[in-house]
Amino acid sequence: MAKLNINGTVHEVDAPGDMPLLWAIRDLAGLSGTKFGCGLAQCGACTIHLDNEPVRSCQTFVEDADGATITTIEGLNGKVTDTVRAVWTEMDVPQCGYCQSGQIMSAVALLTANKMPTDADIDDSMSGNLCRCGTYHRIRAGIHEAAKRLEA
Amino acid sequence: MMNIMRKYGLEPAMETSRRQFIVGAAAVTGGLVVGFGAGAATPGKQKEAPTIDPFDAYIQISADNKVTILSSQFDMGQGSYHGIATLVIEELGASWDQITVQGASGNKAYYANLAFGGTFQGSGGSTSITSFYTRYRTAGATARTMLSEAAAKAWGVPVTEISVAEGRLAHKSGKSATFGDMAGAAVNVPVPKNVTLKAPSEWTEIGRVDARRHDTASKTDGTHDFTIDVKLPGMLTAVMIHPPRFGGTVKSFDAAKAKSMPGVVDVVALPRGVAVVAQNTWAALQARDAVTVQWDDSEAEMRGTDQIIAEYKTLATGKPGIIAVDTGDADEAFAGAAKVLEAEYTFPYLAHAAMEPLNAVAHRNADGILDIWGGHQMPDIYQDHAAKAAGVKPEQVRMNIMKTGGGFGRRACPADGDITAEVASIAKAIGFTAPVKLQWTRENDMRGGRYRPAYVHRLKAGLDAVGNLVAWDHHIVGQSIIKDTLPFLLAKNGLDFMSVEGAANMPYTIPNFRVGVTNAEVGVPVLWWRSVGSTHNAYATEVFLDEVARAAGKDPLAMRLELLKDKPRHVGVLKLAAEKAGWGVKTIPKGHALGLSVHESFHSYVAEVAEVSVEEGLPKVHRVVAAVDCGIPINPNVIEAQVQGSIGFGLGAILAEKVTMTAGVVDQGNYDTYTPLRMNAMPDVDVHIVASDASPTGIGEPAVPPIGPAVANAVAAATGKVYRDLPMIKDG
Repeated sequence: MAKLNINGTVHEVDAPGDMPLLWAIRDLAGLSGTKFGCGLAQCGACTIHLDNEPVRSCQTFVEDADGATITTIEGLNGKVTDTVRAVWTEMDVPQCGYCQSGQIMSAVALLTANKMPTDADIDDSMSGNLCRCGTYHRIRAGIHEAAKRLEA
Repeated sequence: MMNIMRKYGLEPAMETSRRQFIVGAAAVTGGLVVGFGAGAATPGKQKEAPTIDPFDAYIQISADNKVTILSSQFDMGQGSYHGIATLVIEELGASWDQITVQGASGNKAYYANLAFGGTFQGSGGSTSITSFYTRYRTAGATARTMLSEAAAKAWGVPVTEISVAEGRLAHKSGKSATFGDMAGAAVNVPVPKNVTLKAPSEWTEIGRVDARRHDTASKTDGTHDFTIDVKLPGMLTAVMIHPPRFGGTVKSFDAAKAKSMPGVVDVVALPRGVAVVAQNTWAALQARDAVTVQWDDSEAEMRGTDQIIAEYKTLATGKPGIIAVDTGDADEAFAGAAKVLEAEYTFPYLAHAAMEPLNAVAHRNADGILDIWGGHQMPDIYQDHAAKAAGVKPEQVRMNIMKTGGGFGRRACPADGDITAEVASIAKAIGFTAPVKLQWTRENDMRGGRYRPAYVHRLKAGLDAVGNLVAWDHHIVGQSIIKDTLPFLLAKNGLDFMSVEGAANMPYTIPNFRVGVTNAEVGVPVLWWRSVGSTHNAYATEVFLDEVARAAGKDPLAMRLELLKDKPRHVGVLKLAAEKAGWGVKTIPKGHALGLSVHESFHSYVAEVAEVSVEEGLPKVHRVVAAVDCGIPINPNVIEAQVQGSIGFGLGAILAEKVTMTAGVVDQGNYDTYTPLRMNAMPDVDVHIVASDASPTGIGEPAVPPIGPAVANAVAAATGKVYRDLPMIKDG
């Protein structure tokens, strides 16, 4: 049995060490907000925070999480998160919404590390998160708006 | 072509004239249900109001004041649930806080899409609003009338004195009630025969600029459940091994090792591959790698795309198999032309590559009903396919419509029901012993076919001595989409109007005009891909037209306006986009250039102006100005979002998306080799919506076609290079 500390709760899961965290989180811990998109760390839909750093959970494994804290979209909280969620809703950022857990995990990590990201910073931090609906324009605007509100 | 389209009802805004609807209402545990049945086509011969099944209606109002809107139209992200809800709320007077929208299925009388001839429920062709604009408003108005009558009776006041707003009924005496309070009594009110819909001047929801989608919050906290998130007690997960080539079948397979692996429940052969069923996804994926399959390729498509395209190019130089339109005398006009231009354009296969890889869940209940959850874009049709696959009767299959992580056309598979039939066959193969979720991997999805077909176009234009465009000849070679999807739509001569849409009905007045198509026979399954024929026809026609403009020494905008006779809506969006982009006026940075394009698809008109530079040999799009005319704008903010997203979607495709095959095997498998647009390539987008009182038309697709040609035309303006072979970036 492996112990996973997800959103402050320890889940004992029957998972081999080489199981991607994505499937342990979704299928074994039952938290389905983290999405499967590619399995190869190419799309960012499965982004979680491992010890507060954004990682792709499809290429991060149960053994990597030993002693670490995992935060998923369900457990993400705090001022930056609240602001991002508020902005996302007010600006109607999502379309289908499937990639948005990952987008928000990446956006919150960016805004936590960089209080006033430039367009180039956003390109660097967010280009790993695909959105087939093409919500990029609003994601960019949303990050700028959230930064502005957080500074105020 | 237009006759074929009309014949099959592929025309907007005809619902009230084509069909009469019968309103009915029924009680459901103290609540009110309103729905409409399709009645006789002859006015005045309506049937009796049908009995309403509470789960088959449009609106349910329960005693606890909840309003549930049952949407015939499928939401894959484009906002159709919000659009349908807007129509209902406008007339019903409900509050956004009390409504939920659910995908409906199971009753063609209510949910059939009139834009598809009214024969089946389906979403597509940007018809959600067009086809249901009157029906859902009428449902809302009917429910409001009945609630008002009930309140008037209860309070002993004239119904004309009842006001309705924000989900409350009120009278000037101070009396007020919720919808829930009156829902039970409203059931006994006779169903009004002719409700009056609000005049546009009375609208408070339709056209509201500050309106935001009602379903966004759950998309920010992980609670918005998609098919992949369906959880049932004891549910198993299945993954697929598909043939490496289209048309291949299983000869034999060895699953001995896989079956011995932990968590594996079964490995079963299906009509189109092998399914590995396990207790969780990872166990299934690992066991999948341990299965060896021998394939029978005797019926498989063995050609690579290089060969297929080469064959198309040869076909394109010959005479078209089918002439779609032929006016004037093109041959004679070319013979007399002062200048003749010719060009060949090539388009690759494209994958939809929606973020949620295809999936479905099946579970047979104790009562024998087989529940199937999924992104059912055409539920009636899938119900039949699933029943056949499961070996049960269609009425034993219940289709549960889930929210869906993108579609772009991929979830409309009338030919065989695709994933829906596949999950039903897995459920059957394991003896219906447990609920089972079928989850395709990205590679299954990418290599699963049903692509936007590849095409080769040959175009020829003739100019007279003063530069007037006098002749146009356009030959399109590629696979027909409807031949394998809705073959009854094929014209007698084999013409698939979708192959030529946007080309055969080009808006420009050219006296000698011929468009033909040659249907190619290839074993690669093809499908609708966001904006369908216009994805390639808009590019070929609009880029070639710029080539003609340069040859004639004319400004591309001026030339288009010259050729657009009696096309006020094309002219409207073109002029608006040009003006907002500062066409011919604004000083743009050195090395940048503007390109424009206008195109109508699905009865909506979009013009786009792209500002582009070329950096290290690659196009970089800085800004796009779009002008759109989709009739009455129901939700301006959703329209803007769809235009922005469509530009990203279309731009990604022309820049770097392609599906290729080597000896019949698809070369791409994931987003590392099939490369949609990412954040760093997304331009700034400025959207302008034309004020209109025309019937509303769709916006999920029509902003896709113009972006490719606008960008290509800008690159040509900047560098002289014309991209005639897509994608622009070859090794992206």
